Amino acid sequence: MSETAPAIEVSALRKRYGDYEAVRGIDISVRRGEVFGLLGPNGAGKTTTVEILEGYRRRSGGDVSVLGHDPESRSIRLRRRIGIVLQSGGIYSHVTPREALRHWARFYPHPRDVEEVLALAGLQDRADVRTRKLSGGQLRRLDFALALVGDPELIFLDEPTTGFDPEARRAAWETVRSLRELGKTIVLTTHYLDEAQALADRVAIIKDGRILAIGPPRELGVGAAHYRIAYRTSSGELIEHETDDPTSLLAELTAQALARGERLEELSVARPTLEDVYLELTADA
Amino acid sequence: MPETIVLGWRQYRLERSMFWRNPSAAFFNFLLPLLFLAGGGLILKGSQHDLDRLVPSIAGMSVMSTTFTALAYNIVYLRERGVLKRIRGTPLPTVSYFGGVVANAVTNAALQIGIVVLAGRAFFGIGWPQSWAALVVFVVAGVICFASLGVAFAHVIPNFESTAAYVNAVFLPVVAVSFYAFDSTSAPRFLQTIADALPLTPLIEGLSGAMVTGSSHLDALAVIALWAALGLYLAVRGFSWESRR
Repeated sequence: MSETAPAIEVSALRKRYGDYEAVRGIDISVRRGEVFGLLGPNGAGKTTTVEILEGYRRRSGGDVSVLGHDPESRSIRLRRRIGIVLQSGGIYSHVTPREALRHWARFYPHPRDVEEVLALAGLQDRADVRTRKLSGGQLRRLDFALALVGDPELIFLDEPTTGFDPEARRAAWETVRSLRELGKTIVLTTHYLDEAQALADRVAIIKDGRILAIGPPRELGVGAAHYRIAYRTSSGELIEHETDDPTSLLAELTAQALARGERLEELSVARPTLEDVYLELTADA
Repeated sequence: MPETIVLGWRQYRLERSMFWRNPSAAFFNFLLPLLFLAGGGLILKGSQHDLDRLVPSIAGMSVMSTTFTALAYNIVYLRERGVLKRIRGTPLPTVSYFGGVVANAVTNAALQIGIVVLAGRAFFGIGWPQSWAALVVFVVAGVICFASLGVAFAHVIPNFESTAAYVNAVFLPVVAVSFYAFDSTSAPRFLQTIADALPLTPLIEGLSGAMVTGSSHLDALAVIALWAALGLYLAVRGFSWESRR
């Protein structure tokens, strides 16, 4: 297959558990080298979708291609090229990170250097400590390290920073950015809007097993709502305007205020954030 | 194919080093039957007839605890912790993985049988086994049978917290009934029937024949083989790589 072919192609994907349909017709195309975010509330079908792509679940309908393979075939050749950070993947209690990484590295034809991966994950100082003595954050970094040691082309990150403190979160974001710079394709599920906005080249917003919107976080914001101009009058009343043309509205408002000799207190011009779009799209009607 | 074997060997090495690092597992799976052997040996010291029955009984129990008990614990623990799921996402072939896991249990079974045989010769007046070949046949059959039943039984156990209750609810009654039926000529008929249908009494009979009496027990081997077939079928069919949420 050619290098320009999409890393992942999904069409009309469906997944049914008994009477409940968790995924109801999803279409996604993930380009090589991009960070693709799947954003949605809990139970939206994000993890089910990703686990179908990872080869953990069989789909009920639709077509799926991951790096040119059908993940349902569970081909070893495919698994050599992907790395998976599960939402809750455990590790043996009685091994050290260095031992686990050395063991994992043998599974792959061209693994990365174990010491290098330990450093990347910030685990050099804990490399020889049994994993049961590691903190939650350190275990999560080991999850990253185990997913990266095989030097995969495509990396799945399922809620990678849930439970992280802000510092650990920023460190994880840096890791994702550095992977992107190496040309890796990354599929990221998250329910944190700022995470999707900070990391993803494109985002799909999922709810109830369907995609509500898809595109770059920036464009999603512009497409769905308007600019918002807000200020307080001299009597303290908060005024909000929505407009597609903020420049002329602002000129008009400031001219009027100047004419009245007033100030526009707390004046702000805001583009809708992904959060606004998300809340609008996922609000129950 | 060689790659599969190399990876299986690596998995086996990892399982071995982890086994000795986990003292409670090492104790329950490994030392407990040996303590029973030592304790029983002290109590029954005067009677060669009783010692002749004690040693193969402990040997049978050793096979069951190193394979059935150990694998049921291990599989449930790894499944509930998410280790199995993580491994399933790697290119490690399933055969290599389970080859390593089962070979670890088999090593423990073989070590224990070795220790029981040596102890029988050194302390309990049993001498070397009458038939090494029969010993090997019954140990291999017992290991296949109880290892597959252990993996199959793991499917029934809903979470790690209840593993001890589930495993002991099977292990202790089976050991008690089998020891009693094997040792006693006056056991009630129905108890004898139950014990003969379960795999442990046939295993003890076979081991007794191999180690002490020299008699052959093809009927016992047939019962073990039937349980092994059932165990293998259920182990493969019901296998779950992740916890049921």
